[in-house]
Amino acid sequence: MNAAPHTHAYYVPQPSLYPFVLSGGMFLLLLGSILAMNGFGAGSWVMLGGSGVIVYVLFGWFGKVIGESQGGSYREWEDKSFRYGMVWFIASEVMFFAAFFGALFYVRTISVPELGNMQAAHGATLWPDFAGTWPSAGPKGAAFTPMAAWGIPAINTALLLSSGVTVTWAHWGLLQNSRRQLSLGLAATVLLGIAFLVLQAYEYHHAYTEMGLTLGAGAYGATFFMLTGFHGFHVTLGAIMLSVILARSMQGHFTADRHFGFEAVTWYWHFVDVVWLLLFVVVYWL
Amino acid sequence: MSIATTAPDHTHHDSGYSGGLLRWLTTTNHKDIGTLYMTFALLMFFVGGAMILAVRAELFQPGLQMMQPEFFNQLIGVHALVMIFAALMPAATGFANWQIPLMIGAPDMALPRLNNWGFWLLPPAATLLVLPFALALFGIGDGALATGWTMYAPLSVQGGLGVDFAIFAVHLFGISSVMGSINIIVTIFNMRAPGMTMMKLPLFAWGWLITAFLLIATIPVLAGAVTMLLTDRHFGTHFFNAAGGGDPILFQHLFWFFGHPEVYILLLPVWGLIPHVLSTFSRKPVYGYKAQVYAFIAIGLLSVVVWAHHFLTVGLPVPALIYFMFSTMAISLPLAVLFFCWIATMWRGSISFETPMLFAIGFIVLFGIAGLTGLVLADVAADAQYHHSYFVVAHFHYALFTGGIMGVMTGVYYWLPKWTGHMYSETLGKWHFWLTVVSFNLTFMPQFFLGLAGMPRRIPDYALQFAEFNAISTVGSFILGISQLLFAWNIWQCVRGGAKVSGKVWEGADGLEWQLSSPPPHHSWETQPEVK
Ligand code: HEM
Ligand SMILES: [Cu+2]
Repeated sequence: MNAAPHTHAYYVPQPSLYPFVLSGGMFLLLLGSILAMNGFGAGSWVMLGGSGVIVYVLFGWFGKVIGESQGGSYREWEDKSFRYGMVWFIASEVMFFAAFFGALFYVRTISVPELGNMQAAHGATLWPDFAGTWPSAGPKGAAFTPMAAWGIPAINTALLLSSGVTVTWAHWGLLQNSRRQLSLGLAATVLLGIAFLVLQAYEYHHAYTEMGLTLGAGAYGATFFMLTGFHGFHVTLGAIMLSVILARSMQGHFTADRHFGFEAVTWYWHFVDVVWLLLFVVVYWL
Repeated sequence: MSIATTAPDHTHHDSGYSGGLLRWLTTTNHKDIGTLYMTFALLMFFVGGAMILAVRAELFQPGLQMMQPEFFNQLIGVHALVMIFAALMPAATGFANWQIPLMIGAPDMALPRLNNWGFWLLPPAATLLVLPFALALFGIGDGALATGWTMYAPLSVQGGLGVDFAIFAVHLFGISSVMGSINIIVTIFNMRAPGMTMMKLPLFAWGWLITAFLLIATIPVLAGAVTMLLTDRHFGTHFFNAAGGGDPILFQHLFWFFGHPEVYILLLPVWGLIPHVLSTFSRKPVYGYKAQVYAFIAIGLLSVVVWAHHFLTVGLPVPALIYFMFSTMAISLPLAVLFFCWIATMWRGSISFETPMLFAIGFIVLFGIAGLTGLVLADVAADAQYHHSYFVVAHFHYALFTGGIMGVMTGVYYWLPKWTGHMYSETLGKWHFWLTVVSFNLTFMPQFFLGLAGMPRRIPDYALQFAEFNAISTVGSFILGISQLLFAWNIWQCVRGGAKVSGKVWEGADGLEWQLSSPPPHHSWETQPEVK
């Protein structure tokens, strides 16, 4: 991997207070939410303070990194570190989603059918209306309508898939030094992402108000909202990151051969895309 | 390995925040961060130790003497979480920070600011873990989590706000581990000295590489599990509630998908460092380098497919029982390869018994007991009797105290002179070793018999028939705890002063780190050495 000696020294950044302050902000956010969840009103204020600190650090820290990048501190060697780092970060995110997919498969193929078997074994006396089939809110869950795949979810699939195309188109633009194509492609991607989020918000609203489908709707509601919710959260993050990249592109950042920041966000976006495809198939469709 | 160039030896100080406390809050230097990790780990080792000594004091006699069962349960659970997440894992990461760049000829860790963040997540995490103890004194909440470290649903769904604190503590510890792992993987892949191929990588780095992969694969699953717990507690989901079609056993699957690999996460860094110590003090090269690398990889792979052996008694279908039994037992094969290589490394060596070597040998013998009793537990039929008894407690302390903590002590005695430039006191070190080994066995050997006789774990009271062994165990534990003060004192003295050591420290030592002065300059290997 690194056969020849490097021609320049590795960039080791100066000491920085950002990581420490970030941890402090996260501590406040978590402490505040514990208090809030347990009925202490002051908790929300602590959360707010923590969030403020986190946002401040994100601006400062990323700003510093962008400055260093523009200032030429990073060359191939450092660039490679960032690439490996981003790949393994995304790998950890994959495993986070895997936990929720695992929970979905478990309730669908093990716990719900097993409860149905118990029901059958006891001569239908335990929970008379319960069959142990999917979708299910469980033996004591209230009735709900499951989310159909071929309405909004299918449109959202189309939106995300085209956003994958537009971001690649932007990348081509960057590679061919066409700044216009770069910016247009990124802007289109952000807009598609926002459209996705708007539709999903509408879908959630519909589910809560008209379908009886809530977070509390048993195994189905829990897996549905946690999987699509965490995915939506990642789309939000991705859209924010893409917007930053768009703003940087318009200021003339990135060149055809040096644009790790751009690529990292693209990788992230494609990862979110792939998760959605899985979701579409196993949560909405099958 | 021969070295073409060495680092320019200058004591250069980072500009910016260089003095006092700010230096430690802001540092991006791998040695400083390594020191922070090690110091934090040592501190938390004593915090976790104090908790469990209170537990052992309660168990000295049957009946309730000192505390209520709720508080007893809180101490046990927090003890385990502190020892695992705040003592052992940070100690291993501290070694990684100090040693990996020195051993692979890198100027620093690949992502230095991220490295700082990885450490500074730990104090808030540990604070969250123990804060509910303090809040309870002011009438807020009913103390820390009282579910044991495994946080099983439905108990943890019903528990008080201590569970929420533990959930978020686990999140912060987890983020710290994942960030540390990313950094270590990137450093090993991208920062090695020219000529250091993967098959010339020091075993310590190999052990950590596999550890880092395991952390990235399993910590997020734990994060997912405790997040589901949180939503079950506060947001009305039914992941672990049969009324909604969920299942409490789902929590056990998710938890142990993390939990079993976690034991290898705690051990692989130690398995990496032990061969270096054995080779140094046997004055022979490591035996079976490749075999050990492949064994690490095999154990890493196997460790993610055996998790259900922690709940064989919960009512799994028979085919699952058979699969988990045999796959678990299969891990002992690559483990046996490691034992064989360790012994073969010493075989016909010119051995001397400095403190690190004593700890390494003690580790091999006692850790062997952990592996053998693990095989017994993996037997589905036998486990029905042993599960949730003191036999399990004894088993995993032979694994984690001797395999983990004594392994860390091996590394501390071995590398401390390199880090400080001073020799520690051999006399105190030997006292520490012998007191630790004897009192460790005094504490935990009786627990095997207690478990076989049927004493359940996590219960503050017990039948009269268990009194003698429990009394012995408590006496042992207090000797064990107090002996560790020798360790802390020895380290303190060594940091403050003592006989100067050469760069090489140990006459039989081999590897890049020994080419540098002791202590190494603040920035080392700015010019990378060339490995032939
Ligand atoms: C060949 C090696 C091993 C085998 C076959 C094995 C097997 C087992 C089994 C079957 C159990 C569950 C017992 C029960 O709860 O009924 C267990 C518990 C445990 N083992 Fe091992 N083990 C081995 C090595 C290790 C090692 C190397 C470590 C740690 C470094 C370790 C740490 C633990 C821990 C922490 C627990 C209990 C966790 C808890 O319930 O709180 N084991 N082991
Ligand atoms: Cu296990």
